[in-house]
Amino acid sequence: MIDDDVRTDPKPTRRQKQAARMAEAASGGWRTLLVKIVLLGIVDAIAIYGIFVLLLHDQWLVIGVIAVVTVIVNWIYFSRTQLPAKYLTPGVIFLILFQVFVLGYTAYIGFTNYGTGHNGSKEQAVSALMSSALERVPDSPTLQVSVVDQAGTLGLLVTEPDGDVLVGTNDSPLEQVDNPQMDGDKAVGADGWTTLSFAEVIARTDQITSLAVPASDDPNDGAVRTPDGQSGYLYVSNLQYDAEAGTMTDVTTGVVYTDTGVGAFTADDGEQLLPGWQIVIGWENFGRAFTEESIRGPLVYVTIWTFVFAAVSVATTFFLGLFLAIVFNDMRMKGRKYYRVLMILPYAFPSFLSALVWAGMMNESFGFINQVLLGGASVPWLTDPTLAKVSILIVNLWLGYPYMFLVCTGALQSIPDELTEAATVDGAKPWAIFRLIKLPLLLVSIAPLLISSFAFNFNNFNLIYMLTNGGPRDSSTSIAVGHTDILISMVYKVAFTGQTRDYGLASAFSIIIFLVVAIIAIISFRKTRALEELN
Amino acid sequence: MSTPNVVPGTDTGLLAAELLEEERVKNATPYVPPRKPFNVGRWIRATGWRHIVGIVMVVFSLFPLLFVLSSSLNPQGTLTGSNALFSAIGIDSYVRILSSPDIPYAAWFMNTLVIASVTAVATVFLGALAAYSFSRMRFTGRRFGLITIVVVQMFPQLLAVVAIFLLMSAIGDWFPAIGLNTHLGLIMVYLGGALGVNTYLMYGFFNTVPASIDEAAKIDGAGHARIFFTIILRLVAPILAVVALLSFIGTVNEFVVASVLLIDPEKQTLAVGLTKLVSNPRYADWSAFTAGAVMAALPVMALFLFLQKYIVGGLTAGSVK
Repeated sequence: MIDDDVRTDPKPTRRQKQAARMAEAASGGWRTLLVKIVLLGIVDAIAIYGIFVLLLHDQWLVIGVIAVVTVIVNWIYFSRTQLPAKYLTPGVIFLILFQVFVLGYTAYIGFTNYGTGHNGSKEQAVSALMSSALERVPDSPTLQVSVVDQAGTLGLLVTEPDGDVLVGTNDSPLEQVDNPQMDGDKAVGADGWTTLSFAEVIARTDQITSLAVPASDDPNDGAVRTPDGQSGYLYVSNLQYDAEAGTMTDVTTGVVYTDTGVGAFTADDGEQLLPGWQIVIGWENFGRAFTEESIRGPLVYVTIWTFVFAAVSVATTFFLGLFLAIVFNDMRMKGRKYYRVLMILPYAFPSFLSALVWAGMMNESFGFINQVLLGGASVPWLTDPTLAKVSILIVNLWLGYPYMFLVCTGALQSIPDELTEAATVDGAKPWAIFRLIKLPLLLVSIAPLLISSFAFNFNNFNLIYMLTNGGPRDSSTSIAVGHTDILISMVYKVAFTGQTRDYGLASAFSIIIFLVVAIIAIISFRKTRALEELN
Repeated sequence: MSTPNVVPGTDTGLLAAELLEEERVKNATPYVPPRKPFNVGRWIRATGWRHIVGIVMVVFSLFPLLFVLSSSLNPQGTLTGSNALFSAIGIDSYVRILSSPDIPYAAWFMNTLVIASVTAVATVFLGALAAYSFSRMRFTGRRFGLITIVVVQMFPQLLAVVAIFLLMSAIGDWFPAIGLNTHLGLIMVYLGGALGVNTYLMYGFFNTVPASIDEAAKIDGAGHARIFFTIILRLVAPILAVVALLSFIGTVNEFVVASVLLIDPEKQTLAVGLTKLVSNPRYADWSAFTAGAVMAALPVMALFLFLQKYIVGGLTAGSVK
């Protein structure tokens, strides 16, 4: 398909290249140049804006990447030699960021404990733990406070009993304010801050009550909070953090939690303080996938079912489609066109809707199939482990056969009639003609479609999720998995549903599936010699 | 037929004498084949059984669709109430889903339309740019690039959904306009798959446009950009339409990435919203859902049936080597 013979001219000489460049430049004109400069100007402006924003967040690595990419893009579009790159760059940037990078990132997450309770850095975990354990200091003085705003970030302007005026936010501890605006002995404004009016305080009550401004850099000093935006109190945490020893001490119970390298402060008896933080845990997720019985069991049967589902789906749709293509390929038959259009309709109906509709029709007690077609039977179409699998295959047959019917019809009609005639003259029976002549010819053109259909069904998330939601649930495992889950829907459930989200384990599963898909792809490419044709 | 310079002996060329003879035969009593009495057995053996197969398949294909249509017209809300096909007809459920304050159906519809259209157009544009360079230029890494695209398309984006979610939430911390819970962010993620099977389909089609057209334009003084935008894109319009339609339908059906990235109900797409709406068909307002389904499906089905010949042609053209 990729045909290199189109241009076999010898490599252009230097003079020819030069001439081509001059012709190119002459044909461009000032308008093209203007458009180019404006577009690149927009790209550069966005890049510079992005870099400034990232500077505020101290994201040096990302800044570096953006700067390098911007320079390369400018070079590509201003240079006169990088013609192919000019056409490839826009798509490739998206490809690298959202396909290649996320693939690598998935692999990285697979080696971490990222998930519920482990989704930030250690500093974030410390401050989250301390602020969740904040308690008002008994008998502490009442502080006069004003709520102030700086570029959308709320802060507290605190007047201490001795007259000192301090300001701070959730992220920056209290700091002395120079020449505040006073109203009596209460500070009501400071340079660079906008004081909230009473109405604004009411409107943003939720944000204000969640403010906890650290009293100093040391988290153990506590934080100032205000219930009403008028008066503030000092709160200190029940947890005492010792940065040097890396321990958390619960001052009420005296239990010492230490950082034992598992991504959370852990007591001697194994009790963990959550949230913890994200660490690289190496092969542990992969190890769990293969050794922990309650995960390995589901992983194995889900993998088997995924293969069975994809293979049977392809086989049933293909054979039904082929059968119908042969049946309707008879010139003598009237009205073939109408049958064809009516049979395509399931393929045209958006597939996510079909699955939802079938889920309703297959409902055990209220569905159309049980109530009307079977006269009030209660067949557990979607709730019995085996029957649910059969139902999925039936629905996928409904969804998929029109496609196979269409492509088989096309392929059959492209086989010349002379072959059939010649074989008939030689005395071949119709079945022999079909099996020995038509089918092999048909398979040549259909095989790549069968492979891509297999790959599609291997990851046919929508059907499974919307028809059975993977159910019926398998209660014997520790992860949220059901009897009809395929690999991809299992990944989704582990990562995004249920009480605990285990991104690390889900990503490890993803990587395992990647490998399985890659092996299938390589084998099938070898078989169809598609890659050979590319060369 | 009657052109004087036809070559005798070919299929189309008939001699004047033959024409005359033909005319004479026509004017005479027409030949009527002896009418065989209608025989049911023979008819069934010849084409009748095919009609039986056809009717069975049409019933199998259509009854779920008729069920959807019937329950959408049923004013009663429940799944059970939908079982008696076309027993009651009214548009109450359409009114209900469009006016219910809990179901932002119109917003879902618009979101889906906007996201799918923008994705389709941008996908076609990015894919066509790449296909043009692969088809018309010879450069180092060209074969590698094409093979990479074929291989990368093997890995579905939804497998990396955790990484996409974390990436977009990080981007959202810095640039809320393109991060989590934004349509722009979702479209950008979809564009990650713009090069892939689409480029491959287009590449095959671009190759069928003779390179001599480019060369003629070049001699007339057109630059590569002008050739691409004003000549090539017009000649390959059919495949652009097919890719746009496939991308559009694919985006309408996409659930995983959209459900993870779009959080606010009024920002979601039809696939996410309608799925959540009937997560338990037993308790859901079933006829409101089916009314929503009918409205969602009609534009897609119309577009599909209108273009189905091209789609099938495009699919097979891309795969058949």
